[in-house]
Amino acid sequence: MSAPELLTMTSPDVGMPYEWSIGIYGSKFFQEIRAHQRFVGIRCPQCGKVRVPPRRVCGTCFRELDELVPLPPTGTIIAFTIVNYPFIDPATGLERPVPYTYGYIQLDGADNIFSHIINETDETRIKVGMRVRAVFKPAAEMQGNIQDIRHFEIIEVKHGE
Amino acid sequence: MARRVAIIGTGQTHHRSQRRDVNGREMIHEAVQRALADCELTMRDIDAVVIGNMDHFEAINSVDTWSVEGSGGVMKPIMKVTTGGTTGTSVAIAAYYHVASGMFDKVLAIGWEKNSESDTTGAIVTCSDPIWDRYSYSGAIPSLATEASAYMEKYGATQRDAARVALRERTHAQNNPYAHMHGRPLTLDEILDSPMLAYPIKLGDICPRTDGAAAVVFAAEDVAEKLAPRPAWIKATAVRHTYSWFGDVDQRTGLESLERAAREAYAAAGIKNPAEDFDVAELYLPYSYAGLKWIESLGFCGPGQGPQFIWDGHTDMGGKIPVNPSGGVMSTNCIGATALLRVAEAAIQVMGKGGARQVPDVKTALATGFGGCWWSDVVILGKEKPA
Repeated sequence: MSAPELLTMTSPDVGMPYEWSIGIYGSKFFQEIRAHQRFVGIRCPQCGKVRVPPRRVCGTCFRELDELVPLPPTGTIIAFTIVNYPFIDPATGLERPVPYTYGYIQLDGADNIFSHIINETDETRIKVGMRVRAVFKPAAEMQGNIQDIRHFEIIEVKHGE
Repeated sequence: MARRVAIIGTGQTHHRSQRRDVNGREMIHEAVQRALADCELTMRDIDAVVIGNMDHFEAINSVDTWSVEGSGGVMKPIMKVTTGGTTGTSVAIAAYYHVASGMFDKVLAIGWEKNSESDTTGAIVTCSDPIWDRYSYSGAIPSLATEASAYMEKYGATQRDAARVALRERTHAQNNPYAHMHGRPLTLDEILDSPMLAYPIKLGDICPRTDGAAAVVFAAEDVAEKLAPRPAWIKATAVRHTYSWFGDVDQRTGLESLERAAREAYAAAGIKNPAEDFDVAELYLPYSYAGLKWIESLGFCGPGQGPQFIWDGHTDMGGKIPVNPSGGVMSTNCIGATALLRVAEAAIQVMGKGGARQVPDVKTALATGFGGCWWSDVVILGKEKPA
């Protein structure tokens, strides 16, 4: 009897040779999530707008920012889609699991919009205007990146719908 | 002061989902030869070349030098310009700047893409911020779908309204022998019954992936008048690129970059009432809902009136302002060439070379470009030489 064929399985955990700097204010955003399960934005003293994630420069006014503003983990869906087709995620080299819903969410107290995943893939149960809340990973599992927010969940259905 | 400039020749490939018979250089060469033939020039007459395609798509860097044997750029001044979806209008506007500056008399603009050789969605995902947006972002189709969801909520527009736009594009494409979707008409029901890709966008609502190239020759006033029986004069161009983060664009408003670019270009070209003043428009509409919302941003009709304007037939051939006689982006999408095709097709209409897709007696034509992070370019062409 010939020797049995020995199989191997290659780890799907594809290494990517990139390392991006998040910066002082971006780092603060993830540190606030871990410490207080809340968000932080930054206010421009010229136009008065609060933007999230916090960044060093207001692009419109082209001036430096330093006034951090705490924001609650709640907001409103202003746009969304349910992704049905598979594709290779260039960040991992792996197929992005579908279906998944991503949405643009206006966090309470922010003037711009935040994008993330919403855990509702039934198009009849999600609508623009619905209220959502961030669901965080347990602090011990947080790694200081966007996946420390697991997803947003719908917390309320608009009356009259 | 900028010199007067006109388009004197255009060329494009017969667009297909896959061109296995040519490599990228050879495909570019087809479009360049057709553009030169259109204005009866040879490559020796061309003073400079501007070329572009999508970053990351075919995984070939430095396409300006890689492609010189096809583009004709050997030992000529050549520049690569790449700005995502607007690449085609960027190469056109950069070529216009070259000539308007007075430094070059005859400049060739080239856009191309071999989508069949690219990981299109993966490449587009890399245009999103790696720290904040990339985890949830999923390429062009879902990104556009989010805009549609906000527009539908605001104005009550329906999937059927969008399908009517898709029907127009596919119907017009049957008049354009170069269109990828030439010979493949669709009915309204077929569009509505097509598979859902990313709610509310169905297969019938979105552009295809195309292999193709386009080339356009820009010339200075004296050269243009000598060479072309009816040059297409550049009346105005405008560029508005807004993105810093996806979340900084509010989808509850009109497409602000297009509104601002249009305002500037209309003022420069003396356009007061766009639906009346333009005889034809070649618009970068990558998906059907853009054909509802973005014509509002262009001022063809008021906010929320896009669906009625479309159903009334104003944008069909024979309508008040025919949109995309070529079949548009939803019928051909070789992305780096796509916005240049809008400029080329608008020029074709002004020059009266449109054949079965020609709108009668075009004096003023509008072309637009659109790029992934909600930015816009506008180009206005005319039969009359600008003052």
